[in-house]
Amino acid sequence: MDLNLSDEQKLLRESAERFVAESYDAAHRRKMANDPLGFSPAVWKQFAELGWLALPLPEEFGGLGGGAVDVGILMEAFGRGLVSEPYVATVVLGAALIDRCGTTEQKQASLPKVADGSLKLALAHSERAARFDLAKVATSANKTAQGWRLAGSKIAVLDGHAADEIIVSALMHDHHGPSGRIGLFAVPATAPGLAISDYARLGGGRACNIELSDVNLPQDALLGDGSDSLPAIEWAVDRAMAALGAEAVGIMQTLLDTTLEYTKIRKQFGRTLSANQVIRHRLADMAMQVDESRSMALRAALKADSPPVERARAASGAKAKIGRCARFVGEQSIQLHGGMGVTEELEVGAYFKRLVAFDTLFGGSAHHYGRHAELSRRAASA
Amino acid sequence: MDLSFNAEERAFQDEVRNFIAKNLTDEMKRATALTPSVFSDPDVGMAWQRALHKQGWGAPGWPVEHGGPDWTPAQRWIFETECARAGVPNVNVMGVKMVGPVIIGFGSPEQKNFYLPRILSGEDYWCQGYSEPGSGSDLSSLKTRAVRDGDDYIINGTKIWTTHAHHANRMFALVRTSDGPRQQDGISFILIDMKTPGITTRPILTIGGDHEVNQVFFDDVRVPVANRVGEEGKGWTYGKYLLEFERGAGIASAKLREGLRAIADLAESDLTGRAIDSPDIATRISEVEVDIDALEMTELRVLSALQTGQNPGAVSSILKLRNSEIRQAVTRLGADVIGHDALAVEPMRPLYKLNHEPATPEEMLTVMPEYLNGRAYTIFGGTSEIQRDIIAKMMLGI
Repeated sequence: MDLNLSDEQKLLRESAERFVAESYDAAHRRKMANDPLGFSPAVWKQFAELGWLALPLPEEFGGLGGGAVDVGILMEAFGRGLVSEPYVATVVLGAALIDRCGTTEQKQASLPKVADGSLKLALAHSERAARFDLAKVATSANKTAQGWRLAGSKIAVLDGHAADEIIVSALMHDHHGPSGRIGLFAVPATAPGLAISDYARLGGGRACNIELSDVNLPQDALLGDGSDSLPAIEWAVDRAMAALGAEAVGIMQTLLDTTLEYTKIRKQFGRTLSANQVIRHRLADMAMQVDESRSMALRAALKADSPPVERARAASGAKAKIGRCARFVGEQSIQLHGGMGVTEELEVGAYFKRLVAFDTLFGGSAHHYGRHAELSRRAASA
Repeated sequence: MDLSFNAEERAFQDEVRNFIAKNLTDEMKRATALTPSVFSDPDVGMAWQRALHKQGWGAPGWPVEHGGPDWTPAQRWIFETECARAGVPNVNVMGVKMVGPVIIGFGSPEQKNFYLPRILSGEDYWCQGYSEPGSGSDLSSLKTRAVRDGDDYIINGTKIWTTHAHHANRMFALVRTSDGPRQQDGISFILIDMKTPGITTRPILTIGGDHEVNQVFFDDVRVPVANRVGEEGKGWTYGKYLLEFERGAGIASAKLREGLRAIADLAESDLTGRAIDSPDIATRISEVEVDIDALEMTELRVLSALQTGQNPGAVSSILKLRNSEIRQAVTRLGADVIGHDALAVEPMRPLYKLNHEPATPEEMLTVMPEYLNGRAYTIFGGTSEIQRDIIAKMMLGI
């Protein structure tokens, strides 16, 4: 049992924190908020050069063989600066699914390109009618003479507008009708019949809704051998939630630091805000919740490769707990900044909005406490 | 980073499990499960302390030269976790975990030679004389006074919330020996034989129906100056050192997990009409379990830091605060899970020696007393408000 960072991990943390502190200031974030791409291709190139895109990919395909804890270290630093580059979409979701489901040829074709920064990915899985149920997919994949034909609608596709290739989940049909198996298909962004409508994402970056109107794909667009991909999707989303949880910790830490500094300077009734016990106790609660969140994000990362139920309970527990803490820390940061906290003139709001986005993504606290309870029952009856 | 234990640690885990299997009797286990107070009664608690001592495990946190087992933080974690899982008696911590470290840190060689072996063996049973009716959170305003008379102090005053004073043969107390510029000055740390003439003890019944705490009165109680630990007037420093031990013992999640497991078992039982089938109850169980997961990870992070010689600092206040809040969440959940059975009051103690059929099933007997007495968790050992003051000051610098 050892939860101390290794020397390599300390180095990773230092370099990520330094990079974020130097590259992401308020002006940069404002510029990105109004940018049609929502992030900087030059920064993405630097991510590649720093080895961050290769970090969790297997060494045989150009990766560095890192784990979920390493990704968490990076993500926490990203959170401190509200990084908007499509790291989760490309590396944590897209590349991970290709690595887990793809054939050797498919991995060889994609993963080294992800590592060198020349291939950006996205995962199109969520559908309006499914809400947060990962098993519910209506988008269909019908077998054709040349390969596959996809039809359906996807929502909340993170960074889909920037992806060179979108990994689309679809219910596979054979000549009897729906097979009950979900397949993952690599769809080029330029595929005819694919319509992407993107929008600015709450808290920075972009996302999109996707319409697939009879998108024809070759045989090898299907990742792997056609077995059900739902377990892989659950696995990838659990890992993404651990990574996003670490990012949320970085965001919360920045909000706590900023709010603390403000309460030490701001004077009312002839004394600083922090001279009031009611304020000090609020900040103590915020600090405590940041620390609890840090524990839960780390726990989810450490259990990212555990057996499915244990992994999923850790991921849902972390998502639920961190989501709740994030709302508290975010809302209280605004409260303690007073009226200015509600304006776009301070950055508190931007950090808060990213936390709200985190809480919503893949299901909020209520959903994940419910999933946790459901998994407990399944574990108990097993 | 690694959450799992290495081969040596797993071997130690087996050793602890074997020890418990050999020494924990069914009677001890049942008595512990049916004790709604913080600590086991001395007959149960000291029987376990004697077994630990025989094994050389009587004082896990002590240095080897005084009889400690020289465990790594990971070993302490394993030991505490296995003990919680098995439901071993809750030995009164006043001796081993509280006065022991102070005597080791600041006592004279004579005091070490005399007291430490008697703590280890369970021959001495200690209570803590800190709080007074007028000095709760503002502890250093205490007024119990020790006036020098030759080789003795003459003590007058009163102490309150004295856990197991009615069982203890010794008390360590903070008393005022002089008045300094600050109220923290002039306090001394004194060891008192509870059989000394002039000491009387009044029981205080808590709202759960248990007699665990007392008020103790001192009327011209004569205590040798040789019973003072360390320097005269420096007692506040020693007392604070001890409070850090009280808060920072830091391995509470395993016990919380067992407490929640007992409530979840009740919720899944026909005894409660399967309370768990209510989505509200099922979700609340998950909420508490997740809070315990978070606390456990924080404890493990602190242990990891300790293993490499880092000081955990104010995080011990976070651990105390969260432990007490989660403890209350567990007991609150219990009160809701048992439904109508929450109405039944069982006044007899101990609950493991009832001579009549109780109104509720035995599995539920401690639920309401634990909920009611459990309100004290956020009050003793520094209230939650004091812990938040400490976190703000030590962690945030405000």
